[in-house]
Amino acid sequence: MRNIMGSLLRVGVLAAAFLVVLGGVLFFLQHPKEVFDYTTFKGEPAKFRQVHLIVKEAMNLRGRDIIQLGLLVLIATPVARVIFSLIGFLIEKDWIYVSITAIVLMILFVSLLSNYLTF
Amino acid sequence: MVTFIAILFAGALFAGFIGSLTGLGGGVIIVPLLTIGFGVDIRYAIGTSLISVIATSSGAASAYVKEGILNIRIGMFLEIATTLGAIAGAAIAFFAPTHAIAVIFGFVLLYSALSSFIKRRANAESEILPEKKPGRMIGLLMAKGTYPTANGLKSYTLQHLGGGFIVMSVAGILSGLLGIGSGALKVIAMDSIMKIPFKVSTSTSNFMIGVTAAASAGIYLNRGYIDPVLSMPVMVGVLIGSLVGAKFLLRSRTKSIRLVFAIVITLLAFEMIYNGLAKNI
Repeated sequence: MRNIMGSLLRVGVLAAAFLVVLGGVLFFLQHPKEVFDYTTFKGEPAKFRQVHLIVKEAMNLRGRDIIQLGLLVLIATPVARVIFSLIGFLIEKDWIYVSITAIVLMILFVSLLSNYLTF
Repeated sequence: MVTFIAILFAGALFAGFIGSLTGLGGGVIIVPLLTIGFGVDIRYAIGTSLISVIATSSGAASAYVKEGILNIRIGMFLEIATTLGAIAGAAIAFFAPTHAIAVIFGFVLLYSALSSFIKRRANAESEILPEKKPGRMIGLLMAKGTYPTANGLKSYTLQHLGGGFIVMSVAGILSGLLGIGSGALKVIAMDSIMKIPFKVSTSTSNFMIGVTAAASAGIYLNRGYIDPVLSMPVMVGVLIGSLVGAKFLLRSRTKSIRLVFAIVITLLAFEMIYNGLAKNI
């Protein structure tokens, strides 16, 4: 289980880095002259914010959309690690830690999907 | 834009390098670099920094998991505190004025620079931990473990679970509010308060940073604080910089380099506090 978890983290980070670099290269080819201003905060459009839109937009193979998918993969990597821990504790029938891990997982999902939840 | 990205990439490489050399992590350097160096709005800077924190901690943790010194159970239990704290911190960040965040950031930076200098007493190996009767909660959580030393496996039992949990919540809040890993505070919670051996504390802390940062990064992403063009050079740069820094750390004596960087970080801290108070940020 420890080996799986170690490789999972490494694969997640490498996959994210690959997507981010690929998206970066495509972005430069598609928009060599575009200039952005970050001195005032405007907030990103919905397609860079909502999980299902990020996945959907990336299929169009546009540079920034692929970078954003890579960032989503990166954020999902620790979440996947927690899911694997949950499976590990389930196999060991360690119910106290199954509950603890489930709580952490729930907190992570609430955060990642907070756009879909109305408070 | 290409020039801007290239300079940003070089800055991120440097931040990752210093971050892993001083043990402070890339986040504490990325935010001042973006805000003071490039005039980027601090909200974008914090979102971008969180991304680099997840990248470096997941990269480093994959090595620690194999060594087997980290305590996955205790890490998971304390992640309840850090993730809840991280969400609270991210929520505070939406309501707090940006110049107030800059001032808080400056003070945390100042503290990190100083604490990276105060020499830790080398008690990790020789210390004999007082054997106290563990409480019910500690027994229930199986809050103990073993770790390898030169003299074979050594066992330890946790203490002060409640105190550790509270400090971990604060570490989570700072992480979510400022976009940093707050690894130093996590180590203090485990090592000084819960009496977990130092080596176990540092590797478990690194393991927890990614999950903590993911909890606030999810909210930052949903709120539109994470920009692809800004994050791209920073994530890749910090990742490469921190890997090079880790290699460098093994090969050379780094005391004088650390001194120089601590001074640089102290200056950055004053710059952040000044700009925050002057409401430039």
